[in-house]
Amino acid sequence: MTPRLFAPHRRFGMLAACLVFGLTARGLIAAQPLAIRGEIVHTMAGAPITDGVVVVEGGKIRAIGPAAATPVPPGAQELHGAVVTPGLVDAHSVVGLSGYLNQPQDQDQLDAVDAIQPELRAIDAYNPQERLIEWLRGFGVTTIHTGHAPGALVSGQTMVVKLAGTTADAAVVAPVAMVAATLGDAARTTGDGADKKSPGTRSKAVAMLRAELVKAREYMRKRELADDTKRPDRDLRLDALADVLAGTRPLLVTADRAHDIASALRLADEFKIRIVLDSAAEAYLVADRIKAAGVPVIVHPTMRRAGGGGETENLSFETAATLKKAGIPIALQSGYESYVPKTRVVLFEAGVAAAHGLAFTEALAAITIDAARIIGVADRVGSLEVGKDADVGIFDGDPFEYTTHCTGVVIDGQIMSTEAR
Amino acid sequence: MQSLWFAVLVVALTVGPMAGAWATDPCTAFVGARLIPIGQPEIAAGTLVIRGGTIAALGPVEAIAIPAGATRVEAGGLVIMPGLVDTHSHVGGGQGGDASGPVQPDVRILDSINVFDAGFRKCLAGGLTTLNIMPGSGHLASGQTVYVKLHRAATIDDLVYRDAAGRVLGGLKMANGTNSQKDPPFPGTRGKSAALVRQKFIKALAYRDKLAKAAGDPEKLPDRDLELETLVEVLEKRRIVHHHCHRADDIITVLRLREEFGFEAVLHHVSEAWKVAPEIARSGVGCSVIVLDSPGGKIEAADFSLVTGAVLEEAGVPCALHTDDPVTDSRLFLRTAALAMRAGMSREKALESLTLAGATMLGLHDRIGSLAVGKDADLVVLSGDPLSSQTKVLQTFVAGRQVFDRNDPEDRLFAVGGFGASRDQRAESCCNGPTKVGAAR
Repeated sequence: MTPRLFAPHRRFGMLAACLVFGLTARGLIAAQPLAIRGEIVHTMAGAPITDGVVVVEGGKIRAIGPAAATPVPPGAQELHGAVVTPGLVDAHSVVGLSGYLNQPQDQDQLDAVDAIQPELRAIDAYNPQERLIEWLRGFGVTTIHTGHAPGALVSGQTMVVKLAGTTADAAVVAPVAMVAATLGDAARTTGDGADKKSPGTRSKAVAMLRAELVKAREYMRKRELADDTKRPDRDLRLDALADVLAGTRPLLVTADRAHDIASALRLADEFKIRIVLDSAAEAYLVADRIKAAGVPVIVHPTMRRAGGGGETENLSFETAATLKKAGIPIALQSGYESYVPKTRVVLFEAGVAAAHGLAFTEALAAITIDAARIIGVADRVGSLEVGKDADVGIFDGDPFEYTTHCTGVVIDGQIMSTEAR
Repeated sequence: MQSLWFAVLVVALTVGPMAGAWATDPCTAFVGARLIPIGQPEIAAGTLVIRGGTIAALGPVEAIAIPAGATRVEAGGLVIMPGLVDTHSHVGGGQGGDASGPVQPDVRILDSINVFDAGFRKCLAGGLTTLNIMPGSGHLASGQTVYVKLHRAATIDDLVYRDAAGRVLGGLKMANGTNSQKDPPFPGTRGKSAALVRQKFIKALAYRDKLAKAAGDPEKLPDRDLELETLVEVLEKRRIVHHHCHRADDIITVLRLREEFGFEAVLHHVSEAWKVAPEIARSGVGCSVIVLDSPGGKIEAADFSLVTGAVLEEAGVPCALHTDDPVTDSRLFLRTAALAMRAGMSREKALESLTLAGATMLGLHDRIGSLAVGKDADLVVLSGDPLSSQTKVLQTFVAGRQVFDRNDPEDRLFAVGGFGASRDQRAESCCNGPTKVGAAR
């Protein structure tokens, strides 16, 4: 039996029928235009359109507007729903690297051998067959920013992928998005004396990171020397940090405690690098400083566990709203889960954030256009606009209501599913 | 979203007059709320009268006379349902058995619960009023569970449910599958797990027979044995087994052992119950189901499906839900039922699975789980429909006493989180302190 969200069961029709439909539909769609109609179409690029239609050809959005005023090519396949949104964008995940079984053989999100390994590429570990990809996609998620997890001082690189394609290369939108760093308890080695590896303290962690960035800066300087015999050998680790120092890509800093967030801002200021704050449970305590630094925040999953005595003990359902009100660019994420459930779903995280101070549009933006901007792919995804990728979510009601279903998912103009989930 | 703003407006208009001295009043009437009694049709505009900690009357507004002297609470636009019953929680930092062995039925979680744990405040913020607090699943039998009612309390003794004889009520936590498999003396396989459990139950049967044969004669009584004594309670159906099991074969193993030894059981988590619903239905055993945001995280949960509640409902299996807090957040227990409904469970059963179904599995259905005359006045007052993501728990009552008020700044901290929301808290009395009366925020 195939475990699916909705096994063959009364209100949901026959699974087999859905599968057959899905396969044939995908074959047809590539050549056939598609018209996606919604009673409300949230374009995330202007006001919602009542009774709207999104016209798709060649994997791109060719037209969008009120159905009465938007011509649909003859022979177009039709999909419709109560609410149509851009395909959802998960601003930070580990899906594809951290497998759903949670066994050693499917956990590629963290190599604990070295504290600093920015040379680790996400594309070399991403598994597009991972079952959680289908799970997320079933709820309307079409793009994720995934890669190396929090938990080491610098754990590796991240990437942006579409939740489609049978190879990582086919799925990729941005092969390198950010370099992932962690400050705080999670980046410390906390052995009971047998483990003498650094960093054992917060100060040591920052010292190590500063030393590595200084080294990378020297490497960059020497790379440009006129005398090529004096240029350094190529070093993948320093190459990756050089990209951060050059501003080509940001350092994604996972930090929950306010003092760790302050450390991240201090580093950004010292080295004049772009950073994106991640998780940031106590960001509401230092919102003014984050705002002043112009740093965006990918807020922890709204429903993340607070635990007791841990780094996230002070988190709040209202943090996304607090930061948004402070004028800080925010996105929401599914995050990293080390146990059950193996991933969260940004659709649900945004729904709970919308119940705790974010306006509907702000919450939807946090998992579409604002997320796309922060991870650097807003030119292709995150809103329904002419010329952008045809990534679309279709819902039978308010997407943030628990009892609403996602009834259709389209990626690059291909119908990925029409099963109600 | 317009309906949300309407709800906020209604709340703003109604909460002020509600936040009075009603908590200590001997008789209070909530007038105009939508009542969700559970097991009975919803009442669109109803009156609920509570007196002396129990429910005195409920019905449509026009049918219920408000008793003279009762405190009248205008509750139009709000929703009132029974306090939620969580059949599987780990709130309070309680510990069961230790690493010394796989079968420790003598260990009571009662002896380790910290009632000042912030988790209890978060439970009240989620509308939970009764919990089955369980030890973990790392043993075949990890200890005795305890049923608690979430009064404001200084010790666990203030919280426990007792029977008429004063005996503390609870079940026995058991587990199979991977969690209880580890190095010896723990079992390394499923077969060994079942063998260890059977051997222990066979000892308990012999112990029970010796007790029966002695017929109270001190010369003949066997030495008292706390482990076997607990298992005898299980064999005599005076203590329910709350059994952790995920995989379909592990579920069936529990049913097989139950058939052999004749104990009463509730199957907990049941990630793969959707594969064996007819078999579970034939056994007559109920399920307490966990609802997660995704499958996996451990091998046993790899085939988790949101459809489990719906499939069990269709098969006629009694079905409750649980938080497994901290696995899911007690403040979002209502959401669990909504997701089960999303995957096909009926609204009626989804709401019942948060309340009466769980109360029945704990044997407390005569006292709690529905709004019915004579039952404990354990109530949740909601800003809107219980299964909407935008609805807030506004107030929670236990035995007629208010124990959570979202307008109280301290309570609000636990409801939404923030600085200090995970720290231990002394159990201050809620909602009627001199600085808090009428403090609508």
